[in-house]
Amino acid sequence: MKRFAGWTLASPATLLVVVFLVLPVLATIVTTFTTPGGPFATYAAFFGSGFRRAVLFRTIQVSLAVTVIALVIGFLTAYVVSRAPGWLKSILIIAAVFPLLTGVVVRSFAWLIILGKNGILNSTLINLGLIAEPFQMLYTQGAVIVAMVYLFVPLMILTLVGVLESIPDDLIQASSSLGAKPSATFMQVTLPLAVPGLIVGAVLVFTGSFTSYATPQLLGGEQVMMMGTLMYQQAMVTFDWVAASTIAAVMVVITIAIVAAMNAMARRLNPMTA
Amino acid sequence: MMTRNIHPLLIAGTALVFMFLVGPLIIVLGAALSDTTYLTFPPQGLSLRWFENIFAIDAFRRTILTSLQIALLSTTIALIIGIPAAYALNRHRIQLPGWLSTLFILPVLVPELVLGFSLLKNVAVQLNSPIYLSLLFGHALIVLPYVVRVISASLASFDFSIEEAAISLGSPPLKTFFTVLLPNVRSGVIAAFILAFITSINDVSISIFLTGPGLSTLPIQLLAHMEQFFDPTVASVSVLLMILTVAVMAVVERTLGLTFLAK
Repeated sequence: MKRFAGWTLASPATLLVVVFLVLPVLATIVTTFTTPGGPFATYAAFFGSGFRRAVLFRTIQVSLAVTVIALVIGFLTAYVVSRAPGWLKSILIIAAVFPLLTGVVVRSFAWLIILGKNGILNSTLINLGLIAEPFQMLYTQGAVIVAMVYLFVPLMILTLVGVLESIPDDLIQASSSLGAKPSATFMQVTLPLAVPGLIVGAVLVFTGSFTSYATPQLLGGEQVMMMGTLMYQQAMVTFDWVAASTIAAVMVVITIAIVAAMNAMARRLNPMTA
Repeated sequence: MMTRNIHPLLIAGTALVFMFLVGPLIIVLGAALSDTTYLTFPPQGLSLRWFENIFAIDAFRRTILTSLQIALLSTTIALIIGIPAAYALNRHRIQLPGWLSTLFILPVLVPELVLGFSLLKNVAVQLNSPIYLSLLFGHALIVLPYVVRVISASLASFDFSIEEAAISLGSPPLKTFFTVLLPNVRSGVIAAFILAFITSINDVSISIFLTGPGLSTLPIQLLAHMEQFFDPTVASVSVLLMILTVAVMAVVERTLGLTFLAK
């Protein structure tokens, strides 16, 4: 009877996810193996193309750069925020939540105004007499990385503030009362305990960057093609749905592999479970 | 008092990070208020004419309405099916398989672009169903994890013996749900509604595949507008979205406190 009640309540949500997510996504992946050329023909085509390999490589490179920068900035900021007095902490968290709740398009657009040829950065540099001609900053890998770091730093800060606050104060105090310098406490107590949180943050940022669309589209354009923009172009511009499905399958496999690998690593490195 | 132990350089760095976070949004606000026909900052001559322009452009008026409609409907769907699911996961956990809670966070794990494309290819085109339906259910899917997670968090602190007391005193299940359970998780429901609504309003990755001539959402229309014109209209629409965000944050702050979001 109870089993029945549980399933009855959970079934509408289960049905929605199965019918509108699991089945359509599986169907997309299955079609990549049923092409006339044989089960792996589309993958051979994907990895055989120098251009598509370059897009995959660039996407990994950009996502890694964004993840590392966001980790460093986010961790140091979260450390200060988690130690700030109550009122200041609330203000800082509001300042981090606000950009997070502001959509991707608005936040990418902001960087379009800043980095554009007649943008704020160029005109400021010219007015200061530092450069004579405007720099080409848009449609470069750097522009995409900066805008994505901007996108993901708030997420990293919020994730890590939660993690750092859950570290018991007693441990920090024990460490310092036993004579450890603040830097030693940080390196030997705080940092190791934050590792699982750092891994969660890294996964969120890497997979978010790896599968992003709006930011590389607006700030990178054709010049900085990434997996998401390539997939959209194949699906909606050249209407090559087999190629788009292949890119989709590659994105799913890499995303899930990274989540699984990081989960395993988090379990291993977690000092609480070791 | 803890702040004393932090190196001044670290504090300065944090200040810079927050300038980096807020600065670009202030620039958008300034650009929206400019009187010029091109994007500029600081604004030259203050004017609200770009805000009027939003409503003068037919496509913006239409897509604002579509976005509000999709966000409202998809959030409602997610709440109606997500609240019972979260309840089942908490109350009937032993009777349900472990993979069920993973299934409900699947929409976060699967790349949104892949989901959007798959809905277009395998539901809208293959089954020849209206694209609006795929757009709506796509949005309901991506907001479902927020609903399930937030409601589960509220239920974790709910004392189920209250509910049992009501039932043993003869209250029918549905009445118990509406008069005992729901009032106790009210703030969770409000937070879930708001997070889901704002996620839907801002979505690009699903919608980019499920919109086209005749059906578009605001962020997609913004992207399209930006590719053709580079005027302050986009900035003023962005400011409207920021005002919406501020309103949402005010409600969350009132119901749960914003620090809730850092947990």
